[in-house]
Amino acid sequence: MFLGRVVGCVWSTVKQADLQGQRLMIVQPMTPELKATGKRVVCTDATGAGAGELIYWCRGRESSFAFLPGEVTTDFTIVGIVDELRVKRG
Amino acid sequence: MLISRVVGEIVATRKHPSHEGQKIFLVQPLNLDGSNRGDALVALDAVGAGIGELVLLATEGYSAMTSVGRPNSPIDMAVIGIIDQIDVADGPPCPFTPSK
Repeated sequence: MFLGRVVGCVWSTVKQADLQGQRLMIVQPMTPELKATGKRVVCTDATGAGAGELIYWCRGRESSFAFLPGEVTTDFTIVGIVDELRVKRG
Repeated sequence: MLISRVVGEIVATRKHPSHEGQKIFLVQPLNLDGSNRGDALVALDAVGAGIGELVLLATEGYSAMTSVGRPNSPIDMAVIGIIDQIDVADGPPCPFTPSK
């Protein structure tokens, strides 16, 4: 999984039928020090995250497992909202 | 698998039910010379590791979800081992200090 921050959302009317009702969020990958890193991606959401929230997301086929027994066409899914981050770098 | 160091822990109340009761770590993948290999990642703990420890990181879904005993769940990375020692045949000795 990857750490990130929700920075926006995507609206799409014409899409794969199983994506109906799914929120599509734009996520900025973040470092543990909360600096932006890498390029932004679009994620489906299994948690109800909102703009500005720190989240972690899952990549690949496993990301569609968040919606089981539903079948959702996705390769990135937000699977948790971060309340607290404890970082200790040596 | 990647050699990584556990650099932090995430506390999350709202998360997928398959992550309940698991420790969620921030892990920094490392090169064999000790430098950082890309950005830190988020992984579930399957072995009872702790912050600061040198660990083995599985970065593929099937191995990650089976190691934490949650098949068919959205888990793509897991800490699956704690490293005691690394020997490399060629090149300089490995600069890692396992644990703490």
